[in-house]
Amino acid sequence: MPTQAIETRMRHAPSLPEIPIIDLPSEINAQAEEALNAAFAGASRDKPKAILLDFGSVEYINSTGIALIVSLLAQARQEGIRMLACSLTDHYVEVFRLTRLADFLRIFPDEVSALAAIPALE
Amino acid sequence: MTTLLKSLGQMFGRGNRKQETQFFSPARPRSAGPAIEIAPNDPLIAHLQGAGGVVEIERLNLDSPALERMRRVGVKLVVPLVSQGELVGLLNLGPRLSEQDYSADDRALLNNLAAQATPAVRVAQLVRQQQVEAQERERVEQEMQVARLIQQTLLPQQLPEMPGWRLAVRYQPARAVGGDFYDFYKRPDGRLVLAVGDVTDKGVPAALVMATTRSVLRGCARRMLSPGEALVRANELLYPEIPANMFITCLYANLDPVSGRLEFANAGHDLPYLSHRGAVDELVATGMPLGLMPGMRYEEKEITLLPGDSVLLYSDGLVEAHNTEREMFGFPRLHQLVNEHCTGGCSTLIDSLLADLAKFAGPDWEQEDDITLMTLERETATDPSQAEQKQMRSETRTLADFALPSVMGNECEAMTQVVAAVKELDLPDSKIQRLRTAVSEATMNAIEHGNRKQPELPVHIHVLVSDTALTVRITDRGGGRSIPEPEIPDLEAKLAGRQSPRGWGLFLIEHMVDEMHVIADEGHHTVELVLHLQGDAHADPGD
Repeated sequence: MPTQAIETRMRHAPSLPEIPIIDLPSEINAQAEEALNAAFAGASRDKPKAILLDFGSVEYINSTGIALIVSLLAQARQEGIRMLACSLTDHYVEVFRLTRLADFLRIFPDEVSALAAIPALE
Repeated sequence: MTTLLKSLGQMFGRGNRKQETQFFSPARPRSAGPAIEIAPNDPLIAHLQGAGGVVEIERLNLDSPALERMRRVGVKLVVPLVSQGELVGLLNLGPRLSEQDYSADDRALLNNLAAQATPAVRVAQLVRQQQVEAQERERVEQEMQVARLIQQTLLPQQLPEMPGWRLAVRYQPARAVGGDFYDFYKRPDGRLVLAVGDVTDKGVPAALVMATTRSVLRGCARRMLSPGEALVRANELLYPEIPANMFITCLYANLDPVSGRLEFANAGHDLPYLSHRGAVDELVATGMPLGLMPGMRYEEKEITLLPGDSVLLYSDGLVEAHNTEREMFGFPRLHQLVNEHCTGGCSTLIDSLLADLAKFAGPDWEQEDDITLMTLERETATDPSQAEQKQMRSETRTLADFALPSVMGNECEAMTQVVAAVKELDLPDSKIQRLRTAVSEATMNAIEHGNRKQPELPVHIHVLVSDTALTVRITDRGGGRSIPEPEIPDLEAKLAGRQSPRGWGLFLIEHMVDEMHVIADEGHHTVELVLHLQGDAHADPGD
């Protein structure tokens, strides 16, 4: 399979501009590592209270992708940044529960509900 | 005779050498004398048996080692204790303490004493003998119970059910439990492994070797080896493990219940009989018994059992049974009886054969060896529509069968092709998603770990469906390497940096499917993913 460029965009929500949102690529696997790490580095530079991972475009996450998310979570914990996730498909919600990632990464059905929960975070 | 003499010697304090040397010492007149062992072929025995009373040692002229020993230790008179013509003991006397010769009165007294002592000695000997025999019987019985327990625990408690097939087994252990065994194993591909075997020897040793053999053969069945390969492997594993004087005969077969194909190999076991349209033939495949010598090869044969065909597997306990005239049941008789009883079906073959054996052996027959009889019969389709339905129910169909080069990223291609192949099953989306993840992870492992990313090595993917299950087999060329057990990853440890963030593959696969089997042989490694199509184990309200 030819290697393809993985796009991972970082943006800020207009309603909560201090909170970075990372738009994840359609496939989270080994190829996504570099882009994901770069996006996280950009998002965490200003030590935000939280970072929201938007899985809205994600169609496929493999075990390497799970490992990448675990690495991001570990970095965020070290830096005291809360991690949130939104717009996961039912299947990956199940996978996040099985792997217990859901215990460390609060999952919301969509971006709006995730952003609404951020002010209440300690 | 020797036993009785020994027993007598023991009764008189035999075994204490200090006492023996002092027997005739004037200072210790009451000490018992040394036991004189007499060989069974010593002429002294015949002489004493017919002497009819006291015998004076000095007057004997025999070429007898025992007589020489008696003289050496100073025996003067011997009083034979003869019971019913059999010499059961001796009273040996040294010189009189008065240093005078024994008188006629002394001899008469000794003869009287012998007449009274003999029955008492004989009774004591018989009691002792019975005690020893009872202890031995108890020991043997205990050993037999242990052997029986081992054997009965390991023999299958239930027969596998296969639509369109009738399977029957009878195992009749001999009192002195032999080493017969039989086993079944249902392979993930729907085939049934059948094995019948016999370990030489009896009792606990045979039962232990039988247990080992069964485990080894089960391991071969799990690896889905062909019958010949299974026996080769079993022989290599058993040869160094079992005592040199023991070996195992074994018939090993794989049955495909859909096609009726029966592959078999034979390690020196009695040849099975095939009953086909009124004719009976032996199923011949050559091979040495297991455990005799290393490096053996086993001929592999196959036949297709048609409706109405049946096969008899058995152990030698039947054919080697003897009647009261020491005539053997034998193969020709068995061949003839199978022919007679299998006309129009073999459902009663086992009962009929055992009845024939009972008739042949007679009412007082004590079974010498274990008897194992197994029949496998393909049912006749009396109701075509019913038979067809059964066939349909048990049929396994291939949905896709393809291979991909071992290039990272091809796991997505595998996933796409498998999803396309199962489209016709109209599975719920949740199930499709789980299948995608499981196939992708298993293919990734095959590419990365099994084939070590060597593009020229293919990953083979076989998708099958039956009425009850969807099965995906993913095979790489990484056989012979150890397979890691799936473990629950420790997320806290990963987040704290104490464990690699990776290591989720097998965990995910195991949780995405209803069953996961790992099968490996020397050349291949297969992960088999099974999704149940009835009673969804992962069902959620959305399904």
